Amino acid sequence: MHAIEKILAAKAGVPQVTTGEIVNCTVDVAGINDVYLQTVRSFYEMGAKKVFDPDKLVFFFDHYAPCATTLQANNHRAFREFCQEQGIKNLMEVNEGVCHQVLADKGWSCPGEIIVVTDSHTPTHGAFGAFSTGVGATDLATIMITGKLWFMVPEIIRINLTGKLPKGVYAKDVILHIIGDLGADYAVYKAVEFAGPVIKELSVSQRMCLCNMTTEMGAKACYIQPDEITKTFLKEHAVKHYDVYHTDANFKYAADLTYDVSGLEPQVAIPSSVDNVGVLKDYENVKIDQAYLGSCTGGRTEDIAIAAQILQSKHIHKAVRLIVAPASKAVLEESMAKGYIKTLLDAGATLISTGCGACCGIHQGMLGDNETCISSTNRNFPGRMGSTKGKIYLASPATVAMSALTGRITSPVTEI
Amino acid sequence: MEAIAKGKVFLLGKNIDTDQIYPGIYVEITDVDEVKKHALAGYDPEFVNKFKPGNIIVAGTNFGCGSSREHAAITLKGIGVGAIIAESFGRIFYRNAINLGVPVITCKGISKLFKEGDIASVNIETGEIKNQTTGVIAKAVPFSPYIMNILKNDGIKPMIKRQLAEGLIQQKG
Ligand code: SF4
Repeated sequence: MHAIEKILAAKAGVPQVTTGEIVNCTVDVAGINDVYLQTVRSFYEMGAKKVFDPDKLVFFFDHYAPCATTLQANNHRAFREFCQEQGIKNLMEVNEGVCHQVLADKGWSCPGEIIVVTDSHTPTHGAFGAFSTGVGATDLATIMITGKLWFMVPEIIRINLTGKLPKGVYAKDVILHIIGDLGADYAVYKAVEFAGPVIKELSVSQRMCLCNMTTEMGAKACYIQPDEITKTFLKEHAVKHYDVYHTDANFKYAADLTYDVSGLEPQVAIPSSVDNVGVLKDYENVKIDQAYLGSCTGGRTEDIAIAAQILQSKHIHKAVRLIVAPASKAVLEESMAKGYIKTLLDAGATLISTGCGACCGIHQGMLGDNETCISSTNRNFPGRMGSTKGKIYLASPATVAMSALTGRITSPVTEI
Repeated sequence: MEAIAKGKVFLLGKNIDTDQIYPGIYVEITDVDEVKKHALAGYDPEFVNKFKPGNIIVAGTNFGCGSSREHAAITLKGIGVGAIIAESFGRIFYRNAINLGVPVITCKGISKLFKEGDIASVNIETGEIKNQTTGVIAKAVPFSPYIMNILKNDGIKPMIKRQLAEGLIQQKG
């Protein structure tokens, strides 16, 4: 069996599972973010009164944090009341940050766990060897009532990364290249594992970026075998005991692909789909109005550090606004302590609150008609960050910073 | 859920994402009657005015990819979609739709068998799809018994409600 299958089997209380089988599993962490008041509605509509286990639930105020409209504020109010009524302690207030980063920071993302969040980028926690997947409100309400959820055991694809990442090229460029190659629907219903020598060199932050974006190829879950890098991170963060599962040597993958990253150049996803990917140098004449650094894909300390390195003692282009949204409170604190935030502010950046910000087109950096944005986020669908006439190019945090400096899409390779 | 869905076809392309089905700017709305006013607004703001209850959506691969917002399934249920037939679905959207009792039917090659405005009929149980305008017949991937059971219960809410009432699920406290 694959490690993912072993997790599902263990949590379903059965000795083994097979591809395509439906299993009912105990969920270890269930997260609800603030777009999902429907979760609470569905809970009551199903006739429930008490949540199964308040300590397994975490509520996140990230998409609206802090609220821009009364409607949003009323949604938050309803959530606060629900948490109070149900004795739920884990309410991550508007200062905490994006759900996925908060789960990692607080040590809830652990190997061998089943993590389910009302958010499509939940495969992010595969970076820690968890089985993690996104669901909608009613599925999550089912977990709130029963503590369990059904899953179909997915086919698993392995992607081996070999070679050596060139300077100025990051996990974000790798995953954009892969999605461009395989397409937005390549892994629908399937799980994706990353393996190979390149993975062993990647930091936790870069691994999270890779896993996060498998959502954009349709993946249900992602997986990276926990190693020393994972364990070092967890030693500082994990708040619980965890089990590491290993894939049997004879496991047969649905597909086994290899990408040599040695010659890879910086990539960009071109409007308006994530699998519309090109080599950055072909788009260097594209003028930008906004550069956006943030999100559960590209808003971690390492991302802010690289932007600060590029913009040290410089000033962004006068026709550009650079919006910086640290992914979490911990990210903001570390970036402040290390001086990165000051460097970025001195360079002309606008700092917004930790959280999702403009990533999903709700507030704090929306695009106007015909405006162009270069963004370290994960989606460039029409209207994703405001006007449906806005254009979003996705790239690495280094590319975002470099482009903010020049006012056009620009490769960071020479600056690093 | 009706065993047979029959209606006029609205033909959509591939990778129709949840931002097109229900733009982020409206997610703060939670009242179903309001949510349904913005169905497919990111794809065509006039869509809701053209679509009639019972009409059928036929789409390419990966329909409903993107965000996990249940609004996307709620809004399409709200406008009374008879069935959604696609070559494949984004998996969270698929689960959301099933949970709400909306028949989401997977059928490879389907988007080539219909033109906008054709009349489609679908037998949800057998998976037989017919283009009434051209006479062409196709066969969908059958639902697993688990999913069929949810659909027959009109979604997961009535199902859990019944299980709670019958004491099949124990509530604490
Ligand atoms: S940062 Fe963006 S992608 Fe991540 S959870 Fe928030 S809205 Fe979704």
